[in-house]
Amino acid sequence: MTEPKITPELVASHGLKPDEYERILKLIGREPTFTELGIFSAMWNEHCSYKSSRIHLKGLPTKAPWVLQGPGENAGVIDIGDNQAIVFKMESHNHPSYIEPYQGATTGVGGILRDVFTMGARPIACLNALSFGAPEHPKTRHLVSGVVAGVGGYGNSFGVPTVGGQTRFHTRYDGNNLVNAMAVGLADADKIFLAAASGVNMPIVYLGSKTGRDGIHGASMASAEFDEDSEEKRPTVQVGDPFAEKLLLEACLEIMAADCVIAIQDMGAAGLTCSAVEMGAKGDLGVELNLDAVPTREEGMTAYEMMLSESQERMLMVLKPEKEKQAEDIFRKWGLDFAIVGYTTPTLRFVVKHGGKVMADLPIKELGDEAPLYDRPHVPSPVLPVIHARDIAAPSSIPDALEKLIGTPELCSKRWVWEQYDHVILGNTVQRPGGDAAVVRIEDGPKGLAMSVDVTPRYCEADPVEGGKQAVAEAWRNITAVGGKPLAVTDNLNFGNPERPEIMGQLVGCLKGIAEACITLDFPIVSGNVSLYNETNGRGILPTPSIGGVGVLDDFTKSATLAFKAPGEAILLIGETKGWLGQSVYLRDICGKEEGAPPPVDLATEKRNGDVVRGMIHAGTATAVHDIADGGLLVALTEMAMASGIGAKLDAAPSSTAPHAWWFGEDQARYIVTVAEDQLLTVLSKLKNVGVPCVQIGKTGGHAVAIAGERAVDIKALVHAHESWLPNYMSGKAS
Amino acid sequence: MKSAVLVFPGINRERDMARALKLASGQESTMVWHAETALPKGTDLVVVPGGFSYGDYLRCGAIAARSPVMDAVRAFAADGGLVMGVCNGFQILCESGLLPGILMRNAKLKFLCHDVHLRVERSDTAFTRGYNARQVIRVPIAHGEGNYTADAETLKRLEGDGRVLYRYCSPTGEVGDLHNINGAAASIAGIVSEKGNVLGMMPHPENHVEDIMGCTDGRGLFAGLVEHLERAA
Repeated sequence: MTEPKITPELVASHGLKPDEYERILKLIGREPTFTELGIFSAMWNEHCSYKSSRIHLKGLPTKAPWVLQGPGENAGVIDIGDNQAIVFKMESHNHPSYIEPYQGATTGVGGILRDVFTMGARPIACLNALSFGAPEHPKTRHLVSGVVAGVGGYGNSFGVPTVGGQTRFHTRYDGNNLVNAMAVGLADADKIFLAAASGVNMPIVYLGSKTGRDGIHGASMASAEFDEDSEEKRPTVQVGDPFAEKLLLEACLEIMAADCVIAIQDMGAAGLTCSAVEMGAKGDLGVELNLDAVPTREEGMTAYEMMLSESQERMLMVLKPEKEKQAEDIFRKWGLDFAIVGYTTPTLRFVVKHGGKVMADLPIKELGDEAPLYDRPHVPSPVLPVIHARDIAAPSSIPDALEKLIGTPELCSKRWVWEQYDHVILGNTVQRPGGDAAVVRIEDGPKGLAMSVDVTPRYCEADPVEGGKQAVAEAWRNITAVGGKPLAVTDNLNFGNPERPEIMGQLVGCLKGIAEACITLDFPIVSGNVSLYNETNGRGILPTPSIGGVGVLDDFTKSATLAFKAPGEAILLIGETKGWLGQSVYLRDICGKEEGAPPPVDLATEKRNGDVVRGMIHAGTATAVHDIADGGLLVALTEMAMASGIGAKLDAAPSSTAPHAWWFGEDQARYIVTVAEDQLLTVLSKLKNVGVPCVQIGKTGGHAVAIAGERAVDIKALVHAHESWLPNYMSGKAS
Repeated sequence: MKSAVLVFPGINRERDMARALKLASGQESTMVWHAETALPKGTDLVVVPGGFSYGDYLRCGAIAARSPVMDAVRAFAADGGLVMGVCNGFQILCESGLLPGILMRNAKLKFLCHDVHLRVERSDTAFTRGYNARQVIRVPIAHGEGNYTADAETLKRLEGDGRVLYRYCSPTGEVGDLHNINGAAASIAGIVSEKGNVLGMMPHPENHVEDIMGCTDGRGLFAGLVEHLERAA
């Protein structure tokens, strides 16, 4: 088959700008072939090359003594002692999930699981962060239903517990929902597998499912804005096969254990192209591929199609030549394809042959290293005024406002979502979804792993720097609140069109805040993903840098939970409460205003308060712990009451603070902790000595959340309001 | 107790099951690959664990039921050997003819994972002797197709012969539509074969055997099996 002629239209349809095409001509000194043009478009799109974000990602802290592998590999790796390593990463699958929610979400989960087990880890937990449009938008229900079923459909079948996450609704995601999937795996610290090939003339093996025509140009699609015709891009979405992935997992771990592997890389975005180039380039080697050997499931596939296919559940591996037979036997046992499709070469060229002809011959290092790098113009977001509580209307009644808030789309129970995910498989789930952080036991213990995914997009929109700091601080705080020592972060940066200076300003601002927080909290970033062009018809999403944090507990039996434990215990508020209402859920969902500056984050205070709370958990003095986040103090207290069935008898707000600001303000670095009555004085004096603000605000007991002088609200009524909204909405009973 | 845990491609709760078996019996179980044609010598109990054998791409359990190892399991059961299938394992046992009936999509069509309460209908069987009759236990479910049904005649016989061992119920043991989480006929969560030596159940007792999971109600089933085999020996 002859390849089409290269025309300016063809170049443009590959998402390459005229100056980028000039760069290609200069680099190779001739006109590229059609296959080569496809390869360049795959390597140089935003999704794969990070051309708009790379320059700013350099400012992120990525090192610590416990970091074994930072960004740049399939996933990040940290050391948790005893030769155990945690391998984890979060990645977006936003664009495909909007076009085809079920398959888009499944392949998002499948892709991130592959990233983790490619490195030799057995996945032990999944988390996710989902952002949908306004509930009243006509497509939202369909998207929620498909995405949730898809996330569950893949993880449940693959056999990994999905233990935590976030689900939010906001009109700014109407045309661009976000699906961020995180996977966490456990490996031997001395048996981590990397992508860099080594040795000349080593066989390159293709493993897993066959190659089809699905997903061609998927990565390019993810690098462009959406418009009305986007749904016509459905054929660019891949189809997930969790069964094949489960077999691939078992086969990969088996051949790794048999010491057959030199290097391994999963075929994700841009498929065979990206994986082969990365393996060669990272190992300072050339690669020669013979496409005639690639297992295909369709007749007559061209070199161009095979190089750009994003068919799922595939891997590329450089094998120890003497182990070829053993490796093939293992793959055949699992019923998977196994084919030698090429060799490493000393030439530093990327050569692709098909039907006896050379279809591409490109410099391998430059394909990655010489990708365009942009320092795009960026402007800082306008500074919003600080809103004072006295300028915000008080509700007619605090209990009424509470009952309403606890059943809003933002704060309602997400049980409808996580009950569709198998969260108990493997039998290690110490803390199930619904708490501050999920906790899973590591093997037979006593170590445990705490994990949380966090970001507050409305804060990021209002002040990217503070919002970026807050996302990291919140993840750190959630891990702390269960007693974990926070260790490292994976970030998934979702933004609009970087060619607009105000969007680029959001990205730059958030990254600045994230970097500051990660440095102060000693919480390095070890992996991540950037998703730009989340825009439809020129309207961008809220800036959404999802932060996936991981921490360790030396003894999982000492983890704290948010449920009140017994009546008659003292309820303590740790941290300072000024009553910050700007960008609060109260201001938005009760007063109907999304206004003002978000709460500032004082990182030194975060660290000081969090370290004290963690100490109380380890000492056994804290009986229940909850961080205070969206909705403020009263919502956090209510969550503790609902989780236990034990009520709270609360003192009235202090006269220095307006009651609605006291109960619903979203000041940062705060926790609620309960202690037994006989511990109270000791705890108060200890905290005073270390300068951490701490006041008793009431006692546990009764069957209601009762503020002195206000109507008591029965826990049953609160649970009803909290649990009703989402199932009612999904069954069409509410909007 | 020498137990054999069957492994079909796509099975994913074999480790959970092996851990529970070891906790109860102190003995490691043997993993048996689907392509095997014989069970390990001296096997006391065959367990078909949960998962998505062959991706559940045809009917759940239909392909696994036709695997080579299932001929050995059928022979083992015919000789009176104890066989237990949980979740996908229950589906496989129905498809292989060892148990009557079939598991359909959940009534509300969604995959569901949460704790349920089960009423133990009798305590005089190998699979329930660790419990008291009418005791209520709490164990998790994790399935999309657990809606048990059979023809009217079979259901009548199951009830008449006392072969329904576990039923979905309220925390205090009431059975009814409100607590029938997947729409199963007569709230059936688990049944035994005519000879009483083959159990199929949808919920996962193997995930509630340790304090860390917040509940250990699943232990009774495994402890009862160990006791049964010790007495028989």
